[in-house]
Formats: sequence, structure tokens, C-alpha cells
Amino acid sequence: MSLVARHLEANGIATVIIGSALDVVEQCGVPRFLFTDFPLGNPCGHPWDREMQEKIVRQALGLLAGAAGPRTTVKAPFTWKESDPQWRGRYGRVNAAERERLLALGEERRRQKAKAKAAARDP
Amino acid sequence: MVDTGEPVPYMERTRQYYRALGYAKDYVWAHHDEVPFAKLSKPLSDCRLALVTTAGPADHGGKRQLWSGAIDPPPARLHTANLAWDRESTHTDDRESFLPIEAASTLAREGVFAGLTPRFHGVPTDYSQRSTTEDVAPKLLQRLRDDGADGAILCPL
Repeated sequence: MSLVARHLEANGIATVIIGSALDVVEQCGVPRFLFTDFPLGNPCGHPWDREMQEKIVRQALGLLAGAAGPRTTVKAPFTWKESDPQWRGRYGRVNAAERERLLALGEERRRQKAKAKAAARDP
Repeated sequence: MVDTGEPVPYMERTRQYYRALGYAKDYVWAHHDEVPFAKLSKPLSDCRLALVTTAGPADHGGKRQLWSGAIDPPPARLHTANLAWDRESTHTDDRESFLPIEAASTLAREGVFAGLTPRFHGVPTDYSQRSTTEDVAPKLLQRLRDDGADGAILCPL
């Protein structure tokens, strides 16, 4: 999406990204970014929290209109659920106990990909 | 693991995960020193805006491609099963939590901006950066122009 933002901006359409992967977006470099520090999946607010979702969109609109220059990142003033303080450690973690399972999963993926490639070459 | 409150290092997590899957080469994320910047051409209250998601249509055919959907009536659900989001911490049952059509419409009715374009758009998250920059992004630009969008709110899951 960051690459899409850059293309739109280069062609005169102003953009604001609302997203939760701070490092990925800033690595690419985008004009305006509202960072919501939530687990990936709900960049625009906690599920079913209409008040928070509206505040986040309102803040994004303020950023769209008000940013003075590119690479403007603003952090939304909300946190993930108090009942789940450990969420940051969860996504994509690799446990030692899972190494064998993950390696087998990767091998299966590579087999499937090679198969699809061969089928495309020789239908 | 102690939670320091620092943002999650997704690139490092992803590198470690793919190494564990046995991939020899790390993914290289796009990086640019120069960042283009377009100002809104008129006051926000006069601007028509488009919403863009990375989710797919609920009746997805399995093919990842640029697609568009009506904002009225808004879709109840979208297809997110093929995207990388945190399945252990949350869910995507509330479409407003990643594509806020109703929240944006409320703000438009308030006069904060002129209104949403009749269509929102879905862009595929592609491993290939070339496919995104040379195919998807130009097609999306054309659709936004066709819809008279002055700006866009991009909401990647």
C-alpha cells in the first residue's frame, strides 16, 4: 500500500495511510501516515468500537489536510485492549518447539509452488 | 517475552519467520529516500475522497487483483483470510475496523469533507513490488480519477 500511496501522490492525489506496521511503512517512505499501535488487522480501531473508529478517521483527515511535507507520521492516541497487554510478542514469533513444523510447512509450500510453475509451463 | 511498549518490529519478525520456513533469501522491503507529496488542491470540506483497502471481495475467486465495490450499501464482510494479520490477537469480523465506510460517511455528513466516492477499491498485497508499481497503482489512479477523487484514505490490514 505504501508503494500505491507514492504513485498516487506523484500523480497529484493526496493520500493518508492508516496502518499498524510502523517499520514497514516508514521503511518505504510515504507522505502521510497515521500510526495506530494495534495488532495487524484492525488499523482503523478496535472491532465494534464506533466512537474510536470515528476519532481515528477524523485524525487521519486532519493529517491529510494539515501535513506540511512528506514522511509525516502521527501516532493515534489509542492503545490495544488493557485485557491483552502481551499482544506485541505474538505475531510471527518463532518458538523453538515449532522449528520442525515450520520447516516442513516451508518445504510443502516450495513443493506446491514448483508444481504450479511446472503446470503453467506445460499445461 | 517482556512487552516494552515499543512498536512491533514486523520486518525482523517476518525475516525470522521465513528463515524458519527454510527460505534462503530474506525479503527486501521497498525503500526510497525521496517521497512524493501532493497537497489537497482545495479545502478538505470541498474534497471527495476514496477509501482503499487490501481486503478482497467476500465472493473472491482466489485471484488477487485490483477490484472495486460500492460504498452504498457497504459490504458487511470482506475476504481477509489470505492476508497477514494477527489471528491470535484479533479478528476481522467488523469491516469498519479496517475499512471505515460508515465512520467516514458520518464525518462527510458533518461537513468535514465533501463525501466519499461511490466506490471503494481493493488492492492486492503483492510479493512483487514491480506488479504493484507498474500495474496495480496506475490502474487504481485511473479509477480514482474516473470517480473524481481529490484524495484517498488508504487502510492496509
